[in-house]
Amino acid sequence: MEALSNKRKVLEAKPLNFWERAYLPAIVKGMGITLKHFLFTKAVTISYPEQKREFSENFRGMHSLKRDEHGRERCTACGLCALSCPAEAITMISAERKPGEENLYREEKYAAVYEINMLRCIFCGLCEEACPKEAIYLDGDIVPSDYLRKDFIYGKDKLVEAPLNQ
Amino acid sequence: MGTTDIIVKLILIVVIFLISLVIAMYSTYAERKIAAFFQDRLGPSRAGPFGILQPVADGTKMFLKEEIIPANSSKFLFIVGPSLAIMTACIGSAVIPWGQTLQIGTYVLDLQVTDINVGILYIFGVVSLGVYGVMIGGWASNNKYSLLGAIRAASQNISYEIAMGLSIIALLMTTGTLSLKEIAAQQHGWHWNVVYQPLGFLIFIICAFAETNRSPFDLPECETELVGGYHTEYSSMKLGFYLFAEYINMFISSAVMATLYFGGYNFPFMHSLGLSSNWVTILGVIALFAKIFFFIFFFMWVRWTIPRFRYDQLMDLGWKTLIPLAIANIVLTGIVMTLLK
Amino acid sequence: MSIFYFIAFLTILFAVLVISAKNPVHSILYLVLTFFTFTIQYILLNAQFLAIVNFIVYMGAILVLFLYTLMLINLNKDSEPMKTNLVKIAAVLGGGCLMVVLVGALKALGVSQPVVLKNPDLGLVKNLGKVLFNEFLLPFEVSSLLLLSAMVGAVLLATKDKKTTA
Repeated sequence: MEALSNKRKVLEAKPLNFWERAYLPAIVKGMGITLKHFLFTKAVTISYPEQKREFSENFRGMHSLKRDEHGRERCTACGLCALSCPAEAITMISAERKPGEENLYREEKYAAVYEINMLRCIFCGLCEEACPKEAIYLDGDIVPSDYLRKDFIYGKDKLVEAPLNQ
Repeated sequence: MGTTDIIVKLILIVVIFLISLVIAMYSTYAERKIAAFFQDRLGPSRAGPFGILQPVADGTKMFLKEEIIPANSSKFLFIVGPSLAIMTACIGSAVIPWGQTLQIGTYVLDLQVTDINVGILYIFGVVSLGVYGVMIGGWASNNKYSLLGAIRAASQNISYEIAMGLSIIALLMTTGTLSLKEIAAQQHGWHWNVVYQPLGFLIFIICAFAETNRSPFDLPECETELVGGYHTEYSSMKLGFYLFAEYINMFISSAVMATLYFGGYNFPFMHSLGLSSNWVTILGVIALFAKIFFFIFFFMWVRWTIPRFRYDQLMDLGWKTLIPLAIANIVLTGIVMTLLK
Repeated sequence: MSIFYFIAFLTILFAVLVISAKNPVHSILYLVLTFFTFTIQYILLNAQFLAIVNFIVYMGAILVLFLYTLMLINLNKDSEPMKTNLVKIAAVLGGGCLMVVLVGALKALGVSQPVVLKNPDLGLVKNLGKVLFNEFLLPFEVSSLLLLSAMVGAVLLATKDKKTTA
């Protein structure tokens, strides 16, 4: 068959000569290579919890619900994030802001309950893109492990950013 | 033999037994650490400084795990298997000369449990008995993979025993004795047997790899084909015994290789240093253990370098290469000895 | 002497167990124990070389091969050949004849003088080697020829079918 490209390389399997058949030179060579690794190459291991590798710039980790410059929650419970979520990991219950709570919530409607099931979440970042209020970002760390499924449903206590002056 | 002699021998036996157990324990740690270094990793590093307590943690885990005896196994033999494996591994150390004599006051302490005049053959017999542990365990599990592993172990051990025996015969022709003590004493200073028997040593070390079921000849426990080989059905400390027996075997065969071919407790210039005989003995013991540790390292070095043999290649190597080479070695040794006489 | 009687008792016990064990693998394992007691007997006789050779060759090699073969053969109850009454009668007759002969032999047996070895260290390797390679050189070499012929026969048997099948 005619070659379509010049990438093909025809290799010839030559019969092994005596030293190749004796295996030993090849074994000695191989052991030399491993010894070089044993003696000179530094371990690439990172001892994880104490020592962390830097995340890339577009890493998506745990979600956080943001506050604005006055420390008020940005989220208005519009539900676009839940709608956009392909894994259906987000649920929320909205409530109306009472007078006197203006310093807590920026909009007149806010999320009284906001839950993300971290076992369902696929960290695609669509909620982040869908949010019109710039209230949710996946800028956190890796979601830690746990023993029970129910402990992976994160409520507002874990998601909302810490208040400004604390 | 007086009462003191018996007590001293008992203490020596216990000490050697403990040393082999501790070395086997730390061989598991060394194996993991060395494997890690060969692969540019760190290895176990959490239990204690540098992970030095890892074997203790592993041992505790082994003891505390649930013990499972398969319903359709023959229960007595299922327990006999690992017991036999660890027993045969441990009794090999009885004839190895760990050093010369120590003089404590007027008492002369011989650092060898017993010097029987068929020492090498004794070791050989113990090695050949070792396969029973694997075979009985594999058969009693009533599992096809275990049985295949056991059968592989049996045929591999028998095949390589022949080449090993033939390589030793050439060594015996030059030493003229079967006693390990005399063989060690003959290799004074630099007159190590490996200089006179390089081919014999090569054959011996390859056979030692096969006899201890170490990679590249670890076909009885080949994970890719046989799940776990002969110890597929084993759990808890019974599995631990099998794994432990492998490391003790490695230690004993390293000691045998050091004694037979690398001068045992001899080291160069041992009598021109002007030290008292007790110090020479102590240094000799250290030299012997240094050689043993080198061989254990060598076992691991080979394991993490060379891939596993295929079964037909293993048999080809044993029967078609090593045995003819060993016979040629005997003939060659005979010719050279007659010419030099 | 009491050690001898104890070991002899064990030998006979295990030997009886070899033929009475139902499972062929168990029977081989009893045979291993029987051979082990033989080894102890040799050591009691100060025949170290014979003891260790018995240990290596019989226990370490031949019985391993026995065990190996038995493990591969599926010896279940249903595959066992049926024993007809005729075979049973023949076996009883044969066994009876042997019994008669043994009893007769024992009856005719007189107590002989115990044999005293001229050289009690005859069993040691050096002496045994000297005797074997000087006085008994011819029988020794003839027996090696016997083994060689057995080996040639085995190779012939193993390669017999090659021409017909290939």
